[in-house]
Amino acid sequence: MLSAESLASIDREVAKYPADQKRSAVMAALRIALTERREQGQTPEARCLTPEVIEYVANYLEIAPVAAYEVATFYNMYDMKPVGKYKITVCTNLPCALSGGVSAAKYLSEKLGIAIGETTADGKYTLLEGECMGACGDAPVLLVNNHKMCSHMSPAAIDQKLAELE
Amino acid sequence: MAIFKSGVIFEGVDTQDENAWRLAAYEARGGYVALRKILAAQMPQDEVIAEVKNSGLRGRGGAGFPTGLKWSFMPRSFPGDKYVVCNTDEGEPGTFKDRDILRYNPHALIEGMIIAGYAMGTRAGYNYIHGEIFEAYEQFEAALDEARAAGLLGQNILGTGFNFELYAAHGYGAYICGEETALLESLEGKKGQPRFKPPFPASYGLYGKPTTINNTESFASVPFIIKDGAQKFLEAGKPNNGGTKLFSVSGHVNRPGNYEVPLGTPFTELLEMAGGMRDGKKLKAVIPGGSSAPVLPAEIMLGVTMDYDSISKAGSMLGSGAVIVMNEDVCMVRALERLAYFYHEESCGQCTPCREGTGWLYRIIHRILNGEGRPGDLELLDSVGNNMAGRTICALADAAVFPVRSFTKHFRHEFEYLIEHGKPLVDHKWC
Ligand SMILES: Cc1cc2nc3c(=O)[nH]c(=O)nc-3n(C[C@H](O)[C@H](O)[C@H](O)COP(=O)(O)O)c2cc1C
Ligand code: SF4
Ligand code: FES
Repeated sequence: MLSAESLASIDREVAKYPADQKRSAVMAALRIALTERREQGQTPEARCLTPEVIEYVANYLEIAPVAAYEVATFYNMYDMKPVGKYKITVCTNLPCALSGGVSAAKYLSEKLGIAIGETTADGKYTLLEGECMGACGDAPVLLVNNHKMCSHMSPAAIDQKLAELE
Repeated sequence: MAIFKSGVIFEGVDTQDENAWRLAAYEARGGYVALRKILAAQMPQDEVIAEVKNSGLRGRGGAGFPTGLKWSFMPRSFPGDKYVVCNTDEGEPGTFKDRDILRYNPHALIEGMIIAGYAMGTRAGYNYIHGEIFEAYEQFEAALDEARAAGLLGQNILGTGFNFELYAAHGYGAYICGEETALLESLEGKKGQPRFKPPFPASYGLYGKPTTINNTESFASVPFIIKDGAQKFLEAGKPNNGGTKLFSVSGHVNRPGNYEVPLGTPFTELLEMAGGMRDGKKLKAVIPGGSSAPVLPAEIMLGVTMDYDSISKAGSMLGSGAVIVMNEDVCMVRALERLAYFYHEESCGQCTPCREGTGWLYRIIHRILNGEGRPGDLELLDSVGNNMAGRTICALADAAVFPVRSFTKHFRHEFEYLIEHGKPLVDHKWC
């Protein structure tokens, strides 16, 4: 279900922990699985974590599927619902809001024609609101697909970013 | 943007240089001299801990607990595994200093953790990094690789027979994992739900083994203390408030960013360094220590110095050193509503007073903001808060209550006006 490359990455994570504590690698393993699905998936449904993928990861780590499932649902960066090719998460917490975070979210929402929490009809973009990303000095900030942080996202910078995300 | 005055952690770091984080650059700044000194002299563990105690270093993660004292709680003679764990799960709204330590000076943290490992007799450590800063996590992994390749980490460090391994772990979106026992649960591959204390991590930590947890900035201060001496660190700040401190200044200033200044620096000076108020607006209020710290009105703030004691005397806390600056255009009801939403969203849900209480706080403030407040709502906020604070497993519930109490105390008229008139006193503009 996962590529040899993803499994090798998971093995590297497992090696960080004592031999009897493979469970510690579950967060990283789910992240690696999600990243592969995001990169390979052609539809919103194919880009998120499913019970089958979670069970596969759990079996690989020799832990109970429910233990992995609990983790996948507790931490909010794991996509458990269908998601666009580009998931954009804007920080709108207070420090960012004081420097354009709320305006950036509004601008994106208007520009993409979707409300926060929605995915565009062509399955390309999902827009989400996020909590403090530890980058408030660079506000407005947004995350693309969980791993790429974009700083100082004025309307012009957002236009440019969207043009890059083809 | 990151701007630093001279200090302990960012002394000599050129943030414009894209190789500033690398081992070679760190060693050119005097990096790993402290570790070499300790290992060459086989400095007794007690002496290392005494030096950290004498420096007056207080934990930079929020609570300000003396670091050396915490280290002395570790049962060093415990025969089995023991751990040191670094908390880089920086998620307290307003705080963005630890990310810059990882980006520009990760080896200071690595060296600090190796020294901590030596002092407490532990063989392994983990650094748990906030989910949203994946790029910083990857770069930290690269810094660890450099240290391993140079013989500074792993087996037989620098040929002295001392062993210490250090690994990075990556969170995936849960503020609560900044709480140390939730962090340990998360490292064990579980939901990040805080544990009952006691037992404290020093006796029952990671995998049930003795564990010491410190903030990134705390560990990163240690090489300086060993290299230049406890006295020099202490003198960089003021008594009982040793050292310099990173302040993350955000909000309505001209130059948001990190500023490393001596503890005891007047707030007015810090504000000036951050370029002063944006658009020449008037200062209205400041949250001086991250969103969980009580807000202070401008009149009080303009008289404080930035250190644990002065801010606590003024009725707030230094916390994580996140300074959130608000100007006259901010409606305090709206600002508080945003924070209340955050705590409601991030409660881990295992204690009823917190799970239910954070929801109540948010809903009441939300309805006041929407002009649907009822007479008695402020008293209701008080009573909900009183049923939360101090009655839960961890301090998130208190963290949710502090802002509510302080906003409704210092800016009560704005809340009363909204309840009475159904519209805000201040015509709010975010920026
Ligand atoms: C809800 C909550 C969130 C916290 N978040 C952080 C955090 O992001 N970073 C941090 O270092 N400490 C955080 N803490 C404090 C830690 O529990 C712990 O006290 C700290 O990491 C100890 O390090 P220090 O002694 O070096 O400050 C948090 C505490 C609570 C209750
Ligand atoms: S106080 Fe809140 S966040 Fe802390 S353990 Fe209880 S429910 Fe979880
Ligand atoms: S509040 Fe947005 S990154 Fe901190």
